[in-house]
Amino acid sequence: MSGWLKDKEHLARMAGLFALGITAFLVFRWLMVPAGFGLYGHYRAGALDDARARPLHFAGRAACEDCHADVVAARVGSRHARIGCEACHGPLLEHVQAGGEMKPARPDSRVLCARCHQASPWKPKAFPQVVVAEHSPEGPCIACHKAHAPKMS
Amino acid sequence: MESVLPAVQGFMYPNEMELQWGVLIVLYPFITGLVAGAFILASLERVFNVDAVKPTYRLALLTALAFLLVAPLPLQLHLGHPERSLEMYLTPHTVSAMAMFGFVYLWYLMVVLVLEVWLDYRKEIVLMWRESRGPKRWLYGAMALWSDNISPAALALDDRIGRALTIIGIPSAFLLHGYVGFIFGSVKANPWWSTPLMPVVFLFSAIVSGIAAVMLVYMVTAWWRERAFDMRCLDTVARYLFYAFVIDFSLEMLDLIHRIYEADESFHALDFMVHTRLYTSQVIVQIVLGTVVPLSMLGLVQLVRVQAKTRRWVYGSAGVLTLIGIFAMRWNVVIGGQLFSKSFLGYTSYKMAWATREGLLPAVLLLLLPFVILAVLIKLLPPWKSEPRRPGVTVL
Amino acid sequence: MNPDRRQFLLETGKLLVLSASASVAWEAIVAGRPETAENYTMTDHWWSMVIDIEACIGCGNCVRACKEENDVPRKEQYFRTWVERYRVKPDDLEHPVVDSPNGGYDGFPDKGGPDAEAKHFFVPKLCNHCSNSPCVQVCPVGATFGSPDGVVLVDKTYCLGCRYCVQACPYGCRFIDPRTETVDKCTLCYHRITKGLTTACCETCPTGARQLGDLKNPKDPIHQFLREHHVLVLKPQMATGAKVYYNGLDGSVR
Repeated sequence: MSGWLKDKEHLARMAGLFALGITAFLVFRWLMVPAGFGLYGHYRAGALDDARARPLHFAGRAACEDCHADVVAARVGSRHARIGCEACHGPLLEHVQAGGEMKPARPDSRVLCARCHQASPWKPKAFPQVVVAEHSPEGPCIACHKAHAPKMS
Repeated sequence: MESVLPAVQGFMYPNEMELQWGVLIVLYPFITGLVAGAFILASLERVFNVDAVKPTYRLALLTALAFLLVAPLPLQLHLGHPERSLEMYLTPHTVSAMAMFGFVYLWYLMVVLVLEVWLDYRKEIVLMWRESRGPKRWLYGAMALWSDNISPAALALDDRIGRALTIIGIPSAFLLHGYVGFIFGSVKANPWWSTPLMPVVFLFSAIVSGIAAVMLVYMVTAWWRERAFDMRCLDTVARYLFYAFVIDFSLEMLDLIHRIYEADESFHALDFMVHTRLYTSQVIVQIVLGTVVPLSMLGLVQLVRVQAKTRRWVYGSAGVLTLIGIFAMRWNVVIGGQLFSKSFLGYTSYKMAWATREGLLPAVLLLLLPFVILAVLIKLLPPWKSEPRRPGVTVL
Repeated sequence: MNPDRRQFLLETGKLLVLSASASVAWEAIVAGRPETAENYTMTDHWWSMVIDIEACIGCGNCVRACKEENDVPRKEQYFRTWVERYRVKPDDLEHPVVDSPNGGYDGFPDKGGPDAEAKHFFVPKLCNHCSNSPCVQVCPVGATFGSPDGVVLVDKTYCLGCRYCVQACPYGCRFIDPRTETVDKCTLCYHRITKGLTTACCETCPTGARQLGDLKNPKDPIHQFLREHHVLVLKPQMATGAKVYYNGLDGSVR
């Protein structure tokens, strides 16, 4: 045994073991870190693409207006003009993608209208609201109010 | 995974009604605390030359190692994806306390504990390698790294390096458990956790629990092996336990007094919680049974001369109460921090299951496992030189 | 200005701004391959939202639309967005009476008569997409992050489920999805806004109380809104850099 290593051989072996471990770790790390990690920040760049690739269910009002110009016309100047179509009619991307087939169910006006217009102290005072049971004890709201232009003349 | 909505009082944000961190996360700081505390006790002898506690030196190291090996297990059980836990080493987010703790843990395990145990035991390992046959021979050979140089020069070198490791090990132990405290203390969203005192409180309660644990392990193993109790050692360990406890208690009282005095926006919600949902675990178990009672017992023994047998009973009971108290402290921090709403307007409750992945059963098993590992380590690496048998009948 | 007219202008402005970019992405969407829409540059955008408390009527459209659009578990304790209801005695800001039955998913069936002396209002909440996010800070592996366009997202293939981020969020907007055992939260409908559409919650809000805003777009109506209104973020003392701006936020709101 060389003079320098005398009495230190066991330490050299332990140091070697540590070096081996660290090298193995670094190799493992090089193999395992996912592609694109760190490209934009401390995360996998592919996660952005994953987030973007989620399926849609709501089409957005611009899509409705492409086909339903009559409704657009009916809503001009109405109190409901700014409401998105899907706010009442639900998610409609399937309907658009099916070229107008897969028609959505008509919403039940007593349930739908009450959600917004049932009187409540929590709603802003200026917002039109009624106590539905007193205002119209029975019958659908659309018997008197056209949904797309609700103000009764 | 179906879960019943827990009983909520007042208002909580809808997503915070169910607790995120349960008993496994309570267990984890408890276990790492025992490690840090046991090591500090060991360092008393090695670095500060308090040789009264020498009989506990090797026992403390083995206890620390046994508990440190178990420490990651409650975390693994708790994770939604334990198979991805290596990501903390592959892509650690360096500003995250949890990520950097992975490296502190690794450093402590490999460099401080494993190296120190190896260096301290190397002579015995080589001797046992030479003497054993069969698979044990292979095991000891591997542990010796197949180097059988135990000349006085080599051993002297080992001793010097071991001492240096212990010196490095003290701040490393502080870092180990201080970091766990920081993991909680740095969360500004949670006023029960967020305080700069948290790492310090965690550290000192860790020291208290570690010393108490080693003291109890020493007493139990001595009794089991029918050996005499080294009262000089035991008295010294108990004295250091007392000192650490005084500091720990003062720090926790400081935190409490500070909160009550400043009475910031979170205070009323937290105060209400401590008086109701957290009352038993915080006031009864942690403060009264787990701190005031053992502290008084240990303090009394410092002031009043008492027979050795009585002192042993005092140390034993105080040690057990201390460990229960420190566990309760971890419980109160982790669970308590999630019982109140971040809106300060409501409270929820913790439903601990029994035999699920995060239930009480795995927690109990994980608490027992380090003792199993310790038993194996003691068998492999006996921590004691020959000691006199205990005279007379084995009555404590 | 008449609130109706203000809202109308906001809406129209938004439509004009979005439809230009939406039209290019639209074909890809209709073809059923939304991820191929290519005209989006991240650094051109810095997303935020404006919530007008004075306009919210607690209809719950946003909560339902979000769960529908983003496939959020329908069970009670998982919400990417929710609506809280406040009743506040005018001289006691520190003790508001708050509730959020099923997060506002079914609207708010009225409970109890009006308290004439108290203030009443709704507060919709969601992830604030903080620019100095504490949840991103604590993630140990980089599974949650702030995108270059200001949206805080979660990488579901990388998340360990350690729940540290859930603890670190001051707003309670994160939860663990029981189906994947990873963290989930509002993504600001990243899959929609990168194609020129608006978020599901803003799309279905009938009063325009929720408006998506792109702070880097000089033509975005958010700039005018922020100029003309006094706005607050939630828990400003936490200095999270929250980007959801509330108009009409009362001091009692937690």
